[in-house]
Amino acid sequence: MTLAVHATGLVKQFKDLRAVDGIDLQVHQGEVYGVLGPNGAGKTTMLRMLATLLRIDEGEAQVFGVDVRREPHQVRQLIGVTGQYASVDEKLTARENLRLFARIYGQSSKQADRTADDLLERFGLTDAATRTLEKFSGGMRRRLDLASSLIAQPPLIFLDEPTTGLDPRTRGQMWDTIRDLVAQGSTILLTTQYLDEADQLADRIAVIDRGRKVAEGTSGELKASVGSSTLSVQLSDPVDMDAAARSVAQALGRTANRTPESARLTVPLNRPDEAAEALIALRRNDISVAAVQVEQPTLDEVFLALTGEHVSDRAEGEADDDHDTRAADERLDPMEVTR
Amino acid sequence: MSVVTTTGPAAPALKSHVSVLETIRQSWLMAGRALQKMRRNPEQFFDVLIQPLLFTPMFGYIFGGAIAGGTSKYLPLLVPGLLAQTALTTCMGTGVTLREDMEKGVFDRFRSLPMSRVAPLAGPALADVVRYVVATVMTLAVGIAMGYRPDPFGLVLATLLIVFTAWSLAWVFTALATVMKSAQGLQGVSMMIMFPLTFLSNAFVPASSLPGWLEAFVNVNPVSHVVTALRDLMNEGQVTGQVGWAVLACLAVVAIFMPLAVKGYRRQV
Repeated sequence: MTLAVHATGLVKQFKDLRAVDGIDLQVHQGEVYGVLGPNGAGKTTMLRMLATLLRIDEGEAQVFGVDVRREPHQVRQLIGVTGQYASVDEKLTARENLRLFARIYGQSSKQADRTADDLLERFGLTDAATRTLEKFSGGMRRRLDLASSLIAQPPLIFLDEPTTGLDPRTRGQMWDTIRDLVAQGSTILLTTQYLDEADQLADRIAVIDRGRKVAEGTSGELKASVGSSTLSVQLSDPVDMDAAARSVAQALGRTANRTPESARLTVPLNRPDEAAEALIALRRNDISVAAVQVEQPTLDEVFLALTGEHVSDRAEGEADDDHDTRAADERLDPMEVTR
Repeated sequence: MSVVTTTGPAAPALKSHVSVLETIRQSWLMAGRALQKMRRNPEQFFDVLIQPLLFTPMFGYIFGGAIAGGTSKYLPLLVPGLLAQTALTTCMGTGVTLREDMEKGVFDRFRSLPMSRVAPLAGPALADVVRYVVATVMTLAVGIAMGYRPDPFGLVLATLLIVFTAWSLAWVFTALATVMKSAQGLQGVSMMIMFPLTFLSNAFVPASSLPGWLEAFVNVNPVSHVVTALRDLMNEGQVTGQVGWAVLACLAVVAIFMPLAVKGYRRQV
């Protein structure tokens, strides 16, 4: 079967910044492929190259076997793109936006009406259909943006950070919507900064950093490479610290880390079940607990494990992809074309 | 909840390019979008309504005596010139509006759609014909109120000619809009193009009153040809060779700048 996306050695150079530095990508039909990485890793740049929005400086890319560089117009018939910044018209209403895009795809006025109404209903936007987008919330904009990408029912959908900046509830709704799409057989390539998002949605995940792919696998494989989650216990009475550390060490067979200032005890877990075992040991010894948390490995820990570097230690100058793109834009000679 | 079935890509069904018919259709759609936005934001008509009200009396009463020995004698010289100037200012606005629009996310969508690369540029220029008509009619109305008496037949043709001129020249600013990175920058550059084009022409003064080297430039300036054509139409009621030259000059501008605009828009970073 033809790969939905097949890219080899993709490179994007912005003046002195190599935003994408030789990435290979193989996305199978029907799968959700997650591209995980911090701001400035090159996720958006890579996606924009595959979506014909940026020139591919080096390397090859095919979408369902169609060459992205040579046949951009054909590729555009196979993809739907939902950007990080909603690519819909602010001054038009939700329905007008959908109708316009549907008409551009060649639908008749009547067909476009039907398409718009279907999508509005499907994305829970019927009540807001006649409002201009200026009055839309961030979540509603994203939903409309996604709806716009589905008008022609493209076999491949690019989602660029679909939930960045959304509140947790809206984020959950967006995840449900994406899962629906998957259930209907769409192939999805999504970028995200959130490990849990990739974990929730993606069949396979590529971790990219500074324009390079540093790891690839299922979320399980990735997590195994990162290590386990951590149990963090806050004691009601700091006096119990020694006794608590002893009980946990006995129960799990490994030493707990102490933070006496906050009466906190942390211990790495091999399995989630171990959290219960540690807590039962505390209960048996009559040690009272004020707060308990099981912490999942964060993106920072993934990066620490894969690159030996904290994301937060990065130089401040590395803005997100989009800014890089725009900055490079501005450096171009404005009169180039009239020359 | 409707069910969307995703069909596998059928390679032979993919088109390699947009047909001329689709391009025209999509340009109309994009013009419709621009008109929808105009309706929603009538402030956009402020300049085309106010500028003629302000400039026609101002130029007429200030320069009339000095240049032509009286306001009523100056009007046949001035009104065609003002029409050209107003058209240029208005089509400069077409470029600036497009530049602002292109900075918005929706242009990312247009770029990623399998659609014509001319339509997003041609649409706004087409919709702005409404603005050109308003500006022209306002200028003529104020001129007539001040005592200008043009030939009625010539007046209609002159209106058509100046609207066509504005549409053509808008492609210069549209081309600039696709390569300039900010609306402010574009505004600055556009001013530097617009002022010499209007003032170094015969729009406000007879070319013969100028020093020889300047007269030479004024005579090749396409705006001069348009202004002369407008004068021939409205003052003499005659379709002269100048009208032909003006139309030709406009077509030449479109032939050069439309491809440049598309090239600028197509160019990927």
